[in-house]
Amino acid sequence: MKKILGIAGIFLVIVIATSILSPNFLTAYNIENLLRRTSLFGILSIGVGFVILTAGIDLSIGGVVCLSGILTPYLLNQMGWSATETVAFILLMSIAIGVMQGGLVAYGRIQSFLVTLCGLLIFRGLARGVTMDQTQGFQGKFSELRWIGNGRVSIPGVEGFAIPAPVLSLIVIAILSMIFLNCTVWGRWMKAVGRSPSAARYSGIPVARLQILAYTLCSLLAGFGGLLFVCDVGSAQPSDFGNFYELYAIAAAVLGGYRLSGGEGSVVGVVIGAAVMQVLRNAIVLISWLPDTAEFAVIGLVILIGVLADEFLRRYAANRARTQAKGT
Amino acid sequence: MDAAPILRCRGLGKRFAGVHALRSVDIDIYSGEVVAVVGANGAGKSTLMKILAGVLTLDSGEVFLSGQSVRFAGVRDAVRAGIALVHQELNLADNLDIAGNIALGREPNRFGFLDRKTMHTQAREWIERVGLDLSPASDVSTMSIGRRQMVEIAKALSLRAKVLILDEPTSSLSMGETSRLLTLIRTLANQGVAVVYITHRLNEVLDCADRAVVLRDGERVAEFSRDQLTRERLVGAMVGTIHESQRVELRSTNEKSQARLVVRGLQTQAHPKSTINLSVHKGEIVGLAGLVGAGRTEVLQSIFGVDRRIVGDVSLDGQIIAPSDPVVASRCGIAMVPEDRQRDGLMLEDSVRINASVVKIARDSIAGFIRRGAERTGVARMIDLIKIHPVLPERQVALFSGGNQQKVVLAKWLSTEPSVLLLDEPSRGVDVGARAEIHALIRKAAHRGAAVLCSISDTEELLLLCDRIVVMREGRIEGEMNIADATEDAITRLAVVGGEDVASHSEAAA
Repeated sequence: MKKILGIAGIFLVIVIATSILSPNFLTAYNIENLLRRTSLFGILSIGVGFVILTAGIDLSIGGVVCLSGILTPYLLNQMGWSATETVAFILLMSIAIGVMQGGLVAYGRIQSFLVTLCGLLIFRGLARGVTMDQTQGFQGKFSELRWIGNGRVSIPGVEGFAIPAPVLSLIVIAILSMIFLNCTVWGRWMKAVGRSPSAARYSGIPVARLQILAYTLCSLLAGFGGLLFVCDVGSAQPSDFGNFYELYAIAAAVLGGYRLSGGEGSVVGVVIGAAVMQVLRNAIVLISWLPDTAEFAVIGLVILIGVLADEFLRRYAANRARTQAKGT
Repeated sequence: MDAAPILRCRGLGKRFAGVHALRSVDIDIYSGEVVAVVGANGAGKSTLMKILAGVLTLDSGEVFLSGQSVRFAGVRDAVRAGIALVHQELNLADNLDIAGNIALGREPNRFGFLDRKTMHTQAREWIERVGLDLSPASDVSTMSIGRRQMVEIAKALSLRAKVLILDEPTSSLSMGETSRLLTLIRTLANQGVAVVYITHRLNEVLDCADRAVVLRDGERVAEFSRDQLTRERLVGAMVGTIHESQRVELRSTNEKSQARLVVRGLQTQAHPKSTINLSVHKGEIVGLAGLVGAGRTEVLQSIFGVDRRIVGDVSLDGQIIAPSDPVVASRCGIAMVPEDRQRDGLMLEDSVRINASVVKIARDSIAGFIRRGAERTGVARMIDLIKIHPVLPERQVALFSGGNQQKVVLAKWLSTEPSVLLLDEPSRGVDVGARAEIHALIRKAAHRGAAVLCSISDTEELLLLCDRIVVMREGRIEGEMNIADATEDAITRLAVVGGEDVASHSEAAA
């Protein structure tokens, strides 16, 4: 809870600072855009959150986003599949990717960093190979399917501002994830696996199955995210679609209170973390004296500061708890 | 004994968050003597040792080393002054071999390069002195806790300490190692080293200490010299009330009831050449005795499915189950309390509630959803049963004492009312009071009908807790005895020399 307050505080500070520094920040158009981007990246971040919770990492997200984003228009246009067939294929493929990567980590005992690093390369390579590096687009068709990415839900009585459709996906996914993590046995056990894999094993917890589940949820959300991304922008270029998205997702999760050593994190924190990332990127574009080319440097610095602050707070809290415990 | 103490402490005081952990404690330690420091959990023993070893700083009082007032800023200071501490929790680097651990921080080098040969030669000397039969190049990570502790002691010895502080050095050692260590402690004392050691095993105090200092609630409440030392006096001073009185209460009597757990033809990976057959009846507490490395842990782990069995059947109430992993075992009603509670028993950063309910929530769940109400009442009931102190279910389990932590591990399983309860060193590193409570909990589970199989190194404890004792040696079962016929001597002999050879080797054993 305290953690969420911390990241929410950072979020407010950045929002206030940017709105003072740039008159274009608090406009309906810009906010709509921010909400859309935050939702898209938020979905990826919630996904990687599951893996981080089990003390693993998923670097393949960018590759999965690319493959799903490329295949969606490719299957629709080049192969002539229906929207339903395409979406079903994309989601099943994502699940299969997650099961395979999770299986390699859980049963093959290979470090998640390695498995998913290879995944990142393989999936992007597949996307580029299948399409011969040709940009894939919807060619102005399939506007019903594209609504989930670029649609807007108008609010009765409000002019000039509408809720971007991906926000709805994010809300549903966030609520389901929260219910899973907080209210189900498997959610509780997934945290236990991250806290101490061996204590989990000695408690009769199906450690391997939960690990596989975490990677599956992550890949599924990455695949779904790729679908939303391509529906939003309309076309995708195999060589750079989804580049670095795994790092944005991981950064948002870490900012939102997930610990890379596992066992700790909340969905709300991750969503705010994703929002912080998007507002930052937006601020760099909007604030005239900040060169856009310095985007990565600024984001890197902010994450570093956030993580450092969190670490100091954690140590302070741990010390206090310890001295209090000695006292009783 | 010299006239002047090597270590002279006056009015030591230490407070944590306003509460006295130590209150005006005076202690003198002389070269060449063995001083035992005893006391219940929270009595201040560990605080006292940590102050002497420079881990903690003093709030009040003074320490004189060889007559000079000293104040250690850290462990390095203390080590340089000749005071070495062997911690209760093991502090070895898993990625180094024995020699690397012993030499850690002061590795011999040649022009800045590690001089492996010298390091190993030096290490071999210390390994031999603690009686370990291992090469200096052996991997630490794969060694049993008992052996790792021996390496820790070897490391402390290698610091050529004038004062050697051992914090529960024998808590993970079995009979053979313990007696070897006690001999070693005597030898060191005779060579002029002052040995201070904390233990919960009163037998060792009686055997080996020249003097015993008893702490209670941060104060020195009693001191006994060798000729004044008796068991009753020690226990009396430590706890005021005598917990051992619970000894005979609840000992289960249904000897001829049906066999609940039957293990047939079990071969473990550690000892693939020997076959284990054993059975535990409903309500019976069977103790596995033996030296460290006798294969007791492996038997428990195989039954629970942690260790992949090569061959063998495990049956429960006449039905063969094949727990290929703990998930299956736990579903069948088998519970296991592992030896290393910090690593395998608990999620240290989580609360008592989360830890105590982690298995039970699945049993109580509806369609995979946790029933919060059931969880809360279940945990409350468990806390009431195990009596943790303080009663704070939401506090991190890491902040509780070892005894409380162990009770939480027990609660995790007892709440599921297991039909088989496997325990590996259930009272390691736990004070007398908590040990008695843990025994009572185990007996209660047996009384309810559980078949209990526990591996215990401490013979005294085996006799206190078990109905039947099975002695293992080098992966084999050497023999078994009912509690009525069991004696410490008989167990030790079986464990050391084995069944067939007892008669011919009885002299060697003695």
